[in-house]
Amino acid sequence: MTTGGIGESPLRPDGGLKVRGQYAYSSDLWLENMLWGATLRSPHPSARILSVDTSAALAMPGVHTVLTYKDVPGENVYGLKLQDTPVLAEEVVRYQGEPVALVAAEHPETARRAVKAIKVEYEVFEPVLDPELVAHSPDAPQVHPGGNLVRHQRILKGDPDATADVVVSGVYEIGMQDQAFLGPESGLAVPDGDGGGVHLYLATQWLHVDQRQTAKALGLPVEKVKLTMSGVGGAFGGREDLSIQVHACMLALRTGRPVKMSYNRQESFFGHVHRHPAKMYYEHGATAEGDLVYVRARLYFDGGAYASKTPVVVGNGTTLGVGPYNVPNARIEAWGVYTNNPPCGAMRGLGAVQPTYAYESQMDKLAAALGMDPADLRIRNAMSEGSTTVTGQVVDFPAPVAELIQRVKDMPLPEPSGSDILQLPGGAANTTHGEGVVRGVGYGVTIKNISYAEGLDDYSTARVRLEVVDGEPVATVHTAAAEVGQGLITVQQQIARTELGVQQVVLHPCDTDIGDAGSSSASRQTYITGGAVRNACRAVRAKLQELAGSEDVPDIAAVLGDEVIEETREYHHRKTYPLDPETGQGNAHVQYGFSAHRAVVDVDTELGLVKVVQLDCAQDVGKAINPDAVVGQIHGGSAQGLGLAVMEEIQVAEGRIRNPSFTDYLIPTILDMPPMTVDVVERPDPHAPYGVRGVGEPPTISATPAIANAIRAATGLELPRVPIRPEYIIDLTDGGS
Amino acid sequence: MDFLNPGSVTEALELKASVPDAVPIAGGTDVMVELNFDHRRPPALLNLNRIAELHTYSTVDGRVRIGACVPYSRIVTELGSVLPGLAMASRTVGSPQIRNRGSVGGNLGAASPAGDSHPALLATDAVVEIASTRGVRMVPAKDFYVGVKRNVLEPDELITAVHVPPATGPQQFSKVGTRNAMVIAVCAFAIALHPEQQRVGTGIGSAAPTPLRAHEAEEFLAAELPWGSPDGLLDSLNRRFGELVAKAASPIDDVRGTASYRRHALAVMARRTLSWTWSEYRRTAQCA
Amino acid sequence: MRVNVTVNGVERQADDVWPGESLLYVLRERLGLPGAKNACEQGECGSCTVYLDDVPVCSCLVAAGQAEGREVRTVEGLADGEQLHPVQQAFVDRGAVQCGFCTPGLIVAAHDLIERTAEPTDAEIREALAGNLCRCTGYEKILDAVRQAAAKKAGVA
Repeated sequence: MTTGGIGESPLRPDGGLKVRGQYAYSSDLWLENMLWGATLRSPHPSARILSVDTSAALAMPGVHTVLTYKDVPGENVYGLKLQDTPVLAEEVVRYQGEPVALVAAEHPETARRAVKAIKVEYEVFEPVLDPELVAHSPDAPQVHPGGNLVRHQRILKGDPDATADVVVSGVYEIGMQDQAFLGPESGLAVPDGDGGGVHLYLATQWLHVDQRQTAKALGLPVEKVKLTMSGVGGAFGGREDLSIQVHACMLALRTGRPVKMSYNRQESFFGHVHRHPAKMYYEHGATAEGDLVYVRARLYFDGGAYASKTPVVVGNGTTLGVGPYNVPNARIEAWGVYTNNPPCGAMRGLGAVQPTYAYESQMDKLAAALGMDPADLRIRNAMSEGSTTVTGQVVDFPAPVAELIQRVKDMPLPEPSGSDILQLPGGAANTTHGEGVVRGVGYGVTIKNISYAEGLDDYSTARVRLEVVDGEPVATVHTAAAEVGQGLITVQQQIARTELGVQQVVLHPCDTDIGDAGSSSASRQTYITGGAVRNACRAVRAKLQELAGSEDVPDIAAVLGDEVIEETREYHHRKTYPLDPETGQGNAHVQYGFSAHRAVVDVDTELGLVKVVQLDCAQDVGKAINPDAVVGQIHGGSAQGLGLAVMEEIQVAEGRIRNPSFTDYLIPTILDMPPMTVDVVERPDPHAPYGVRGVGEPPTISATPAIANAIRAATGLELPRVPIRPEYIIDLTDGGS
Repeated sequence: MDFLNPGSVTEALELKASVPDAVPIAGGTDVMVELNFDHRRPPALLNLNRIAELHTYSTVDGRVRIGACVPYSRIVTELGSVLPGLAMASRTVGSPQIRNRGSVGGNLGAASPAGDSHPALLATDAVVEIASTRGVRMVPAKDFYVGVKRNVLEPDELITAVHVPPATGPQQFSKVGTRNAMVIAVCAFAIALHPEQQRVGTGIGSAAPTPLRAHEAEEFLAAELPWGSPDGLLDSLNRRFGELVAKAASPIDDVRGTASYRRHALAVMARRTLSWTWSEYRRTAQCA
Repeated sequence: MRVNVTVNGVERQADDVWPGESLLYVLRERLGLPGAKNACEQGECGSCTVYLDDVPVCSCLVAAGQAEGREVRTVEGLADGEQLHPVQQAFVDRGAVQCGFCTPGLIVAAHDLIERTAEPTDAEIREALAGNLCRCTGYEKILDAVRQAAAKKAGVA
C-alpha cells in the first residue's frame, strides 16, 4: 500500500533542507569567479534622459563593465501582456526606480560605488499621477505614446438603469499593497562559453515566460537561454514580471563571467510591481425584503508606469465586480491606466481584492439600511450552482456560498478581552488597559476566478518516468511549475503516488528542458499542473498495464524489470472566451473559488488602534489534495488580507515611494495575528482534476473586508479606505487636542 | 574604511580623539542599517563591544549607572523594579533580537526623536555621562538633545553611561505604533511620579524635532495634584494634563502618522498614564 | 581585514573583509554558510538570526569585525548530524514551513526560547518570535511547531 497519496498530508520533501538552512535560494547561489551586478535606477518619476556618462564608473578598480540601453543585444522591450517595458530606459524614465544602467564588479560594495559614479543628466517633468483624471482626460500628458488608457471594460446585465426600494452608495479606496515576499529578487547568470548562450538560475513564478522575454531581449533563440529554478522565497505575484533576468544575463554575456544579482529590501520595493491601488464608486439597489436588484460600479485602477497585468486586473475587477451574489441588473465599468506612479501588476487575489473590499463594504451598508443582519443579507443573495454571473456565465459547478457564510457565522465567538495588555490594542506598547476599547464583528465573502481567463490556454506539461531502482519502483516527475512555498512539489508527489501506486516519487529539478507549465499564479497550479501530472501518470500507467498484459499490476518492479517508461503529457483546462467589448458578456472564467471570513476586533476608539482578536474562515476547496497545506494557504492568505486591512501600504507621494523598507512598510508579526479557525469545505468541481478548486487567493481577498466591517461595527464609522489608519478612526476635527 | 577595536574606555577615547569622524558602533542597530543601505561611509568604525565596562551597570551616588552598551534586554529583565519606566520603554524597542544588541547609549548617540528610551530618560531626570580624553562631563537628558538626530556630543566625545535615579513613585511608558511589535513610535509618552518632591516628570517622543519634556504640563500637575490625599483625580484634571502635553509637542506629518493625530494621541496617552500612575500611587500610599 | 570567528564550533577565518561588511555577509558569502537569510538587512525581519555568544541577534546588524574572536552558532549548527533538532523536526512535522525563507531565523529564535523557557505559554511564544516575519504561514503552524518542540523537550509528548 502506498501512503502519502491524494487526500493525505505527507510532509514537504524540501522541509528538512529548509529547517537546516541548506535549501538553496536564488540569493544563496555562489560560484568561484562570479561578479556582482548592480542597477542604477531613476530618481525621478518622469524625466527625459539627456546624457549618461559611465566613464568614472568604468575606471574604478574592480569594475568589469557598465551597460546602458545601447548594450541591450536584442529588443529593448518586454511585457507580460503589452510590450511596453524597456530592459533599460532609453530616452525617458516613467517611474522612480526605473532601471537605467547596470554594473558588474568584484564586490557588491564596488558595484554600489560604481553605480553612484554613473552620471545621468535628466530633464525632469511633472509626473502624471491621478488615475481617475487620466481615464477621462484624453488630453493629459501621455506616459506612453498612444495614450494612457491600458484597458477599459464595461459589463452590462439586465436593465443597467434599474431602480430599487433601498439604495446605498459609497466611494471606496484601496492603498498600494506590496507582496513583500521575504526572499529578495536574485539570480545567477552563467555564460555557457563558446555556445554564446546563458544559463540563468533564479527565483520566478513562471520559467517559460521569463525565458521567452529574456531570449528576445538578448537577441538569442530560446534554446540558448536555459532557466533553472532556484529556491523561491515567496512570490505572491511579485515575481511574474522580469527583474534581474535580462540584466544578469547581459552582464554575464558581456563579461564572460558568472554574475550574481541580489536586490536588497529597498531595491526590492522598486524592483517589482505592486498591487493596483483603486478608487471605486459603488451603488447597490435592493428590494425592501433584501433581494439585490442592481449593482452599478465604476472602478479606477492605477497601473503605474507600465502595463504589466493591468489588463487582467480590469478583466477580473469587472467580471467579479458584484461578488458571489445573484445580481439581475448591473453596469460595471473599469479603467486601467498608465501614470508615473510605481508600476502595478500581479498580487495574490489579482483584480478581486479591490472590488471585494468595495462590494462587501456595500453589503454591510445595505444590511444597515435594511435593518438586516449582515450575514443573513449575504446568505439571502448568495449565488449557487446554476446561478448566472454578470457576464452571463452559468455556474456549472458547486458554489456553496451561503453554506460558507453560515459556517463562519456559527463558529463560537471569543471571550471578551481581559486586562492583559498583550491581548489589547497596542499590545506591549501599553497604550490601553481597557479604556476606549470596543469590540466589533464583521464578515467578508469573495469570489475569485481560478486560472487564466478570457480565452487564454494556460496549459501545463508533465513528464513522468517510471523505472526500477534498487529493486523498488521509482517515479520521477518533471515539470516547469514553480514551487514558491505553496507546496506544489508535495502535491505532485501525492498525485503520482495515487495514480501509479508507487511510494517513491522523485522530483526532477524544475527547468526549461520540459514544456511550459504556466505560472504559479491565479491559484491554478494544483489544478493545471496537477492535471498534467495526472495525465502523464495515467499514460505511464497504461504502458505499464500493456507490459503486464492486465489492468492490475500488483508487482510493478517485477513487470517493469529493466524497462523504463517515460511519458509527457499536457493538461488544458476547458475553453474560456473573451468578453464582448461592448457588453462584457461571455464565459470568461474556468472556475471560481469562494471563501468567507468572520473577523472579531477590539478597537481602541480613542487612539484608533486595532487588535484583530479572531479571524475565522470557511472555504470551498473542491477536493483537498493535501488538507494541511490547504489550511496553511488559508492561514497565510488571511494574514496578507489582515495586513491590507490595518497596516500595509506603499505610500506614494508625487510618484515617489515614501516607505521602501520593512521599517515603514509593515507586515503582520506573530503578535498581530489572531487565532484562526479554518473550516475546509470540499464540494468537488466535476470539470477539474480530482474535483479540485484553486485555494491560494480567496482567503487573502475576503479577510480584508471582514476586518474592515468589524472595525465599522465597533466604531460606527464609514471608513471608506484601507488600510485603516489610526487617524481614520478618531475624530480630529478639534485639531487633535 | 578602518575598523578600530579598542579594549578599554581610555583606548576608545584616544582613538576617538585621533579619528573624530570614526563612528562608534555597539549594537549596530542604527549604524549597520546605514552601512547596509549605503547611507553612510565613515572613515572608520569604532567598535565598543569589547569594552567590558560599557556593558555593566552599578549604583553610583544613589543613581543607577548604566553602561552605554548594556542591552535593552538586560534593562527589561534586571532593572524593571528599580527603573520601571525605562524598562517598560525598553520592552517596546524593536524585537527580541534588537533588544539583545541595542542599548540606551546607542539611542542617545543616534538622538532620533523616535528613540524609545528618551521619554523615560526625560521623565526620570536621567543624566548622560560623556567622556573624552579631556575629561568627563555630566549632561542632564533634558539638555542633551539639540536637534533632529543631533546631540551635545563633541567630535572627540563618547557616551559612556547614563545615570538614572531609582524610581520613588509609579512610572509608565506608552507608545503608539501601527503594529504590535517591531514598530517605530508614531509617538510616545513617559511619566514618572516623584512623590518625595511632589512633582511629576514627563517625556515626549516622536512628536518634535527632539525628545522633550512637557514643562507646562509638569508645572500644572505640581500645582494641582492632591499629593497624600486618598482621592482619585478629577477627569477635568486628567484632560487638562493631556491638553498641556499635546500643546508641548510640535509634531509633523510623515509616513507614520499625521501631526494632528500625534497631538491627539499624546493627549490620550498622557491622561491614561497619569490615571494609571495615580491609581498605583494611591494604592501604595494606602498600603504604606 | 582578517576576521577570526568560531562558527558552529569550528574556528574560521575570513580574509579581505571590507570593514563595512556585516557578519551576515561574511557567513553567507565568505564562509559558505547561507543558512542565515538576507531578507531586509536592517533588523526588521529576523531572517538572519544567529547566536552570537549564545545570544540571538540579527547578523545583518553585527559588523564583521565585532564578531572577531567570538562564537557564532547558525541554523546549520543546530542539528545533530542526520538527526534534526526537535525544533527543526517540529517545523517540518507541523507544516510551519512554506517558502522557508524565514525558517532559519525562526528556528534559531524558537530554539533560544525553549532553551530558556521550559513550557512557554502562547503569549510567551508570540513575544519571543515577534522579531521574525513570515509572509507565508500566518504563524498558526509556527505556533503549533513551537508548542510541539517545547512539549517534546518537557517530555510530555
